[in-house]
Amino acid sequence: MLHAPAAPVGKDPAAAYKARLGLWMFSLYLLFYVAFVAINVGWPLLMERTVCCGMNLATVYGFALIVTALFLALVYDALCRARERALSGQADGVKGAK
Amino acid sequence: MAVAIFIGFVLFVIGLSFYLGHRTKTSSGYYAAGGQIHWGVNGIAFAGDYLSAASFLGICGMIATVGYDGFLYSIGYLAGWIVALFVVAEPMKRLGKYTFTDAVDYKYNSRGIKLAAAISTLVVSVCYLIPQMVGAGVLVQPLLGMPHHWGVIMVGVIVITIVATAGMASTTYVQFLKGGLLIIFSLVLVVAVCKRGLSTRPDQGGQVPFQAAARLEAVARDGTFVVSEPGVRVLEAQAHPSAKKTFVRLERAGREGWWVAGAAEGPTVLEEAQSVVVTRDGSRLVNGAPESAENRLRQVGNMEQVCGKPEAEAGAVSPFAFLAALGAPDTVVRRCLDARLKDRDGSSVTVYYPVLTKGSQLLRPGMKFKVQGSLLERLDFISLMLALFLGTAALPHILIRYYTVPSPASARKSTIVAIAAIGFFYVLTLFMGLGAMVQGVLNPADSNMAAPLLARSFGKGLFAIISAIAFATVLGTVSGLIVAASGAVAHDLCDRYLNLRMDDRQKIMAGKISAFVIGGIAIVLGILFKGMNVTFLVGLAFAVAASANLPALVMLIFWRRTTARGITASILTGVVASMALILLSPDLYKVYGLDPSRAPVPFSNPGLVSIPLSFVVLVVVSLLTQPKRAE
Repeated sequence: MLHAPAAPVGKDPAAAYKARLGLWMFSLYLLFYVAFVAINVGWPLLMERTVCCGMNLATVYGFALIVTALFLALVYDALCRARERALSGQADGVKGAK
Repeated sequence: MAVAIFIGFVLFVIGLSFYLGHRTKTSSGYYAAGGQIHWGVNGIAFAGDYLSAASFLGICGMIATVGYDGFLYSIGYLAGWIVALFVVAEPMKRLGKYTFTDAVDYKYNSRGIKLAAAISTLVVSVCYLIPQMVGAGVLVQPLLGMPHHWGVIMVGVIVITIVATAGMASTTYVQFLKGGLLIIFSLVLVVAVCKRGLSTRPDQGGQVPFQAAARLEAVARDGTFVVSEPGVRVLEAQAHPSAKKTFVRLERAGREGWWVAGAAEGPTVLEEAQSVVVTRDGSRLVNGAPESAENRLRQVGNMEQVCGKPEAEAGAVSPFAFLAALGAPDTVVRRCLDARLKDRDGSSVTVYYPVLTKGSQLLRPGMKFKVQGSLLERLDFISLMLALFLGTAALPHILIRYYTVPSPASARKSTIVAIAAIGFFYVLTLFMGLGAMVQGVLNPADSNMAAPLLARSFGKGLFAIISAIAFATVLGTVSGLIVAASGAVAHDLCDRYLNLRMDDRQKIMAGKISAFVIGGIAIVLGILFKGMNVTFLVGLAFAVAASANLPALVMLIFWRRTTARGITASILTGVVASMALILLSPDLYKVYGLDPSRAPVPFSNPGLVSIPLSFVVLVVVSLLTQPKRAE
């Protein structure tokens, strides 16, 4: 088939769960990002305030956005892998029963 | 030695490409590396693709000139990976074969989608190629002493060779190598910056003596200035409306130069500026004397006060202390701005003049983006942040990398590796940019060189390595873009849209010919756009990608009523709307040499208009073109 992937991809029983989870986590991060942009345009002077280790809110929030992205990515991967393992275990169980 | 390291690295990259090219026999190998790249390698290669000239040269340069506003690009670029991971990564892997077009056309097999998606891929790739080529030209000037256009041509030729020999496999391994080296040596540079610390008299580790700007006492009267120092002759004074400064041309010790006035009336202090004058016969004068290898613009940037202390000696500081000291309210940094004017003789003058900025102002938004300005200026900022957030997951050269791994789970894992690598690098950009700003290394005429010049202040070896990596950064990103663009022409247009019957060898040949043509176009545009900040240009490419590609991709995945015509209309609307808004914006009016205030579009970032418009068009057209249900 013309559209077939470069490497063959089997059916993924966890796809729906992962898509739902992805949307939730995306929404969570989006809120954090929107709050950052809102402070920047609404209350830019707030960003000057020292909040941690002598650094101001702008710097700390900027770093937090980067670190949070990685944290959420790792959580997402762990949850996806757990679901993939659980569903592949179920599939193996069904095959074994047969 | 610097040149030898540089040439050695470039030859190694080309050699690797020839070796891998020898093994590429199929179109799957050419466009998607056979779909067999390990997710860890692909993750770092993602970082290599993404950390382009814009990230390394442009962001560091922008932070070095406008502080925190440059770092906003780092934040936006990284945040965009969240969209890639949570929304696009696995579906993209499941949907497509070689190109973005394959993915959006997966359900429909529509000629309209093929054409629209191929056009969009080409437009976005070319928009993204321009800043990479500009970056290449910038790099070779200080290292090899070549003019800008030779740097652009050299990159173009090398990249075409790489892409035409091996395609995606060589591009992936070049990106892996380059992405890894870039992060490692950026870390080395940041450690060196923190070890050197902060000083009010930076001397590049003793290599270049610190030169304080000269000052003259003067009195402003009737539009001119009277200087009491003997032997000083004031030639002219000009008020500059947009810089809100008065510039004074005077002759001192037999040499002409431009100075900036502290006040327009009464007693004032004139401070020495730097200048480049292009006379009517075309000759160039730097600071009043002919330009030469010995007479160039001096490197600038230093601190006037470190946490209230007017005299501070350099010494190692922790990364936190470095940022805390720079952002303190009683820290003052001397930056350099430029203004263009015509002197009385009709010569074109660019004056590079000093300004003092408080640390607290430097490390918060506002120096570039007018977040305290009018509603329109604030919306322009929101528009940029929206485009950066949504653009990453819509870049064709990033999307095609999802086809080089064997499974959707590998696509997910490689994205996570990319987020870790890219996020770490972006944290480093803040230190590199601020280090360049205050350690007396900036070339006032070119912000793009901030990071390599910072490296040069630590020795020629580090400079050569950083320049070679930056050059490889350009090579790798341009390779990826050309693979994406050549895929759009050869695979989407020739093979799928025009239905030219080609066997596997002919498909590869079509891709290689396309690579030659697109590489040629990139060379020409890279020469034409010389001098623009590369991050700014990439920001515009993100806006086009987010407007044209993302709505189609997202709605295809999440909205069952999406139709082929809806996708086609959305992609074309996104491309046309974003390009039109950019071409008619104030920033592009500056490029045309026109008055930016006369630009018909009052903002520079189109995303806030073009992205929702593209979504709306997709929904409306899809609803109007629903297939009839069987009775």
